[in-house]
This record gives sequence, structure tokens and C-alpha cells, in this order.
Amino acid sequence: MALELPENVVVSKLDSLANWCRKNSLWPMPFATACCGIELMATGASKHDLARFGAEVFRFSPRQCDLMIVAGRVVMKMLPVLQRIWQQMHEPKWCISMGACASTGGVFDTYSVVQGIDRFIPVDMYIPGCPPRPEQLIQAIIDLQDMIQNEGTITGEEFELKSRQATKRALIELPVIQRPMHLLR
Amino acid sequence: MAPTAAPTFQTIDLAHDEPVDYIWTLNFGPQHPATHTTLRLVLKLDGERVVDAMPDIGYLHSGFEKIGEHLDYNQYVTVTDRMNYISPLANNIAWHGAVEKLLGMELPPRAKYIRTILAELARISDHLLCNGAVGLDTGAFTFFLYGFYQREVLYDIFETLCGARFTNSYTRVGGVSQDFTPLVIEKIRTFLKTFPKTLEDMERLLNRNRIFVDRTKGVGVLTKEEATNRSATGPIARASGVTRDLRKDEPYLAYADLDFKVCCMKSGDCFARYLVRMAEMRESLKIVAQALENLPSGPVNVGQDERTALPDKGLVYRSIEGTISHFELTMTNRGFETPHEECYSAIEAPNGELGFYLAGDGTDVAYRARCRPPSYIHFAIFPHLIRGHTLSDVVAVLGSLNVIAAELDR
Amino acid sequence: MLKTTTLEAMLAAYPELAVSEFRGDTRVVASRGKLFETLQWFLCQRGFDLLVDITCVDYLNYRDAKDRFGLVYLLASTETNERITLRVYLNEPELNVPSVVPLWEGANWMEREVFDMFGIVFDGHPDLRRILMPDEFTAYPLRKDYPLQGRGERHNFPVLRRNQA
Repeated sequence: MALELPENVVVSKLDSLANWCRKNSLWPMPFATACCGIELMATGASKHDLARFGAEVFRFSPRQCDLMIVAGRVVMKMLPVLQRIWQQMHEPKWCISMGACASTGGVFDTYSVVQGIDRFIPVDMYIPGCPPRPEQLIQAIIDLQDMIQNEGTITGEEFELKSRQATKRALIELPVIQRPMHLLR
Repeated sequence: MAPTAAPTFQTIDLAHDEPVDYIWTLNFGPQHPATHTTLRLVLKLDGERVVDAMPDIGYLHSGFEKIGEHLDYNQYVTVTDRMNYISPLANNIAWHGAVEKLLGMELPPRAKYIRTILAELARISDHLLCNGAVGLDTGAFTFFLYGFYQREVLYDIFETLCGARFTNSYTRVGGVSQDFTPLVIEKIRTFLKTFPKTLEDMERLLNRNRIFVDRTKGVGVLTKEEATNRSATGPIARASGVTRDLRKDEPYLAYADLDFKVCCMKSGDCFARYLVRMAEMRESLKIVAQALENLPSGPVNVGQDERTALPDKGLVYRSIEGTISHFELTMTNRGFETPHEECYSAIEAPNGELGFYLAGDGTDVAYRARCRPPSYIHFAIFPHLIRGHTLSDVVAVLGSLNVIAAELDR
Repeated sequence: MLKTTTLEAMLAAYPELAVSEFRGDTRVVASRGKLFETLQWFLCQRGFDLLVDITCVDYLNYRDAKDRFGLVYLLASTETNERITLRVYLNEPELNVPSVVPLWEGANWMEREVFDMFGIVFDGHPDLRRILMPDEFTAYPLRKDYPLQGRGERHNFPVLRRNQA
């Protein structure tokens, strides 16, 4: 038996409502370390405005944000700081790894650069590029918003599920690629 | 600014006196709201006044100098982009300038003029961001947005030229990777017409703004002798009265033929550095206008006899010398030969004297590629500048020193 | 680029310095014992007031190298616009040289970086400790016997899972 509803009443799930609220007001915390940080600032500036997607304020305090955008390479001296800031953020929280250096170490396969922050931090969205264009960052935020809308719950159960499914990446050390020039130089 | 509290902060010597209990420690960074990325300061404060500042860096140290020993001269230019990422073209020009000095190569005139034009556009881009960051940190958000919008116009020019907004990797050994197209020249001309008005608007916002002037005048004073003793170069030294500008003192590229002034001031405080950078942007516009009018025609890379730059594709397919030259450069255990020597070459980057000390070992991979980073040396001056000022002056001084974390740590 | 007057004065004061020239740069090799005195002469007598850089080269894999480390001082004069490169060769185990911080205050961080990257100790430095690497790092990264990818220090951290705070 169908319910007779007036036009200004919407019926939905509580989860969808919570997701809709959360996705449209993602406050980013820019963890800008290097060149990607400049593209992050450019995305927040007037030509490609990030505020129109709800990311109005770039709060630098982890207690007030829900989206951490790691823009730039993370060095082994900085990684404990990154982990601490991640722990200081309140749930629900998401992480975008912006650029090649944050995702995999990028150009810098050296003694001090962490080869991908997803070895030590749970990451939800990766953006390739060196640096990614502002439009790519905006696309990533839109995709993250879709992900929140589709998979989110009001109590945050999807985080528990994800952590059970994640594998321990830090223990997987990829083999060193022997480029010919190592033999000749 | 005379202190109103007890005047002990000027006479206290933390290393040798007994610890006092009214001095408290504040950790500033490495994650902090000021837009200067990953640097950390441990400040010892007496109320609001800074007694001592101990910088702690290395939070972005990526091993650039070690990479330089594994990549060849044309590959390493991609890494130099990521050093001072506010003006990557200046880093590319400095790197290849050093390589060409090691090889003893002379560039064709068109390449010199193109590199000059791009070095000056990079200087404008850098000063816009540096002053924008000073404005942002002292509260002038509109100024920052104006600066960023003009940087987007510059990014558009760079993208039309070589495909990348910044991190261009545009220069090659012996020249540049692509020549100027008429569209690029037209875009630069449009920029030259529209930028002075924006610069005037920006100056009208801050030059006589009571709040900005009070926050930056008399703050972070660096005297002329101190500037040279602490190895400051670039706008920071020029704002203190040191009239050293490598474009005039040791002319490189096309600067000897161009007419421009060196901007200096005597007061050495943050406001002077801000004004020097604004004036330098105006001079850069003049340089770009002159260089664009007098742009010589001709090849943009050195010829194929030098065996260092890739020859034109038409020559590769239609002449035997072109084919041989192409293979000599691209096959794995060939490549050009460098002398078994060391040399140093510097340019006047927007931040100061950016130089590369190269040791060649015969192959086309550097044996030692050392970057002389102006940001690193200027950040060492910071504790001296901030002593006695308040906590809110820390951001103003930090912004005026234009410390870029990637160049600081390499 | 050195003016001939400076060159003559230098050879008169220190005739044992080996001078060479390359692409317009004058390079001078000093001995470890007289390093501080030579640099002081350049600063006080000839007015080389700008210390451009202090750096080091590890000659382990270099062809025809006789010493392991070459410490390089780049000096410039803001008055006369001259530049000079001064080199000192060092071998293990005597890797200490006097610090030039009393002469140029800008040498402070430059020497700390050379210590951090190569392990050369500067006697008399006010605060010689690691600057770019973490304090607990034990190796000297820019030496030629340290690999580019390091020895596993970069991944030695705990892993944070999604459900842990």
C-alpha cells in the first residue's frame, strides 16, 4: 500500500542523509609538503575554486577537518608527524594521496623518501600526476564524494570493514629494478 | 620597537645562564598554518617576545644530490624543477647553465634570449607567490588571490610553450626542448600589457596599508655587513643595501645586451624586502619586453657537430651526420663526453644566488651535483632576525625570507 | 676569475698553493694545516667577504683520485666581484678541519650539512649535529659507499590501520 506523501516530504535512509551532509562539507586539511602543495593552493585560489564543492575552509588544524590531502613527498623524518596528525583527526575521516610522490614515492626512489604513504596510512583516493592538474584534484574530490555517498554509514562501520580487508603493504618491499645504467655508470 | 616588559630578552643568553622559569617553549611546525610547508621552529618565548628560535629542518630531504649521481644531465633537469618549485624554470636554467659551462659550450643567441625571457617570467611568478604569502600570512587574502590569478596566466603561457604548468623541465644541454611558437609570443605580449595594471592594484592594496606597514616595517632588520657575513644574496641582501646582482656583475645569457636597473634598499626590514620584490617585478617586465622585441632568429639548439643536443628530426632522417649524432646521444653506453673537472656556475635566481657545483667524470652522468640553495642559507639567518620580536612577527619574517622547503632540504 | 693583483699577492703570501684554472674559474689547493690561516688571509687581506658555499666531493670512484674527500670552499668578493675556489683534500681517519664560523657566520649551516652528509668533523663549530637527516640516523648518505635506496631506514615505521584512531 503506497503512502500518500505531500510534495515537500522526502523519505530516505538515515545513512544517505548522513552521507549527503558529510560529502558536501568535506573540510580538507592540506598536508602540503612540496610542489603538489602549490597545485593544491592553486586549486583553492580563484581560477579553480575548490570552495564550490563544499571544501570551503582549509583548516590547518586536524581537530577541525575530515579530509586529509597529502600533497607532496613524505620523507622518513616527516612520516611520524603525518601519522600523528592522522591520529588527531576525528572520525569519519578520509585521506587523498595527491601526486606521484605521495602515492608511490614518485621520481624519488631514495634513502629518505617513503615509497607511498599508503604503506603507513590508510588512503582512500590516489591522484596520479606530477603535479596533478587542479582539475584532477577536483575530480578526485568529486569521486570521493560519490564514494562517501555510496559506501558511507552513519556510524562509520565501513572503516572497520575496510581495515579487515586491507593487506599489510609496508612489509611488501618491491624488488629494486636494475636499470642498465647502474651497470655502466 | 622598545620592549615594554622587563628588558631581559635582549641580554639573556640561554646557553650560559641558568634556566629561567618564565621562558616557555613553543613548537612551530612542521605542520603549521603559515604557507611555508615543512619547516619546524622551536621558539623560546618570554610572554609574546621571542628570546631564541631554533630551526629544525630536514622534513623534506629527498636526496636530490644523490640522485644527481645516477641520472644523466638531461634527465636531472626534471629533478631540478622540484627544488624551488615556485620558479622551476630558473632552476632548469641554472642547472643547464652549469652543465654548459663544464662542457665549455656556447649557446646560439636565440636560445640565450629565450632562456632570459623565461628566467624573468619565472622571477615574476616567484615574487608574486612570495609577496602573496607574506600578504596571506599577515591577513591580506585578496592580495594573495590577485597574485595567484596572475600566476595562472603565467602557467597558461608555460603550458602553451612546453605542455606543463610548472615543473616544466624545459631546457636541454645545448638549448631548449621546444622553440617559441607565435601563439606563445602573443600570449607573452598580452601578459605584458595586462600585468602592470594588476601590479598597480596590488601595490595600492598594501603599500600604504596601515596594518601591513606596521606589521612589517622595522621587523626583521638585517644590516648590510650582517647580510654579507651570513652569505645572504638576492632580494634579501639587496634590501639591506648590498648591491650585488649577478645579472649585472657577472652577466650570463642575454643580460649584457639588455637595459634594466638593480633594485636595492637600505633599511633591510620585511617591508624593504617586499618593496624590492615589487620593484624587481617591474624591472622583469622591462627585460621581457626588450628581449621579446630583439629576439634573434636562428636555431634554438647547438649544432650537431657538438654532439650534445639532439638534432632536428628532419636532419636525422635525411642526412648521415644527423643519424650518427642521434644515435651517439641516445644509445645506452654512448652519450656525450664531459671533461674530468669540477666547476661552479651560478645565476641570479628569484631567491638569490642559485649555483650548481658539478664534478664531471667523463660520462654524461655527473659525479657530484651540488646545488647551492639560497633558501637554506637564508633560513639560517632567521634566528638572528627574529630575536626580540613578537610571535606574530615570526610569520611576517618567515614569509619575507621566501623559504621554500624543497630547496631548503633538497 | 681573479684579478692579477690578487693572484700575485696570493702567490707571494702562500707560494706553496697549487693554482689551476678551468673555464675562467681559479682553483687553489690548500693544505689542511694552513686552511684556516689561508681563508682568513682571503677574508681580511683581500676582502673576500661572501662565503658562497662549502661542499664536499667523495672521490672513491673517481679516476686518478689520490685522496678520498675534497672539501671545497667557494669565496666571492662583493667589492671587486672576484671568485675563487679553495680545495682541501682529506683522508680517513683524519676527517677534521677547523671550522670557519668565526670568519663567516654563514658557514654555520653549511658545515653542519657537510658533517651530516659526509661525516667530516669541524673543530670549533658551535653546534655540530645532524641537520637534514633525523638525529638517530647513523650513516652518512652522500658517501659513495651508501646506496641510493638506503639500507631500509625509510620503511621502518608502524602501520596505521583504518580502524585504529
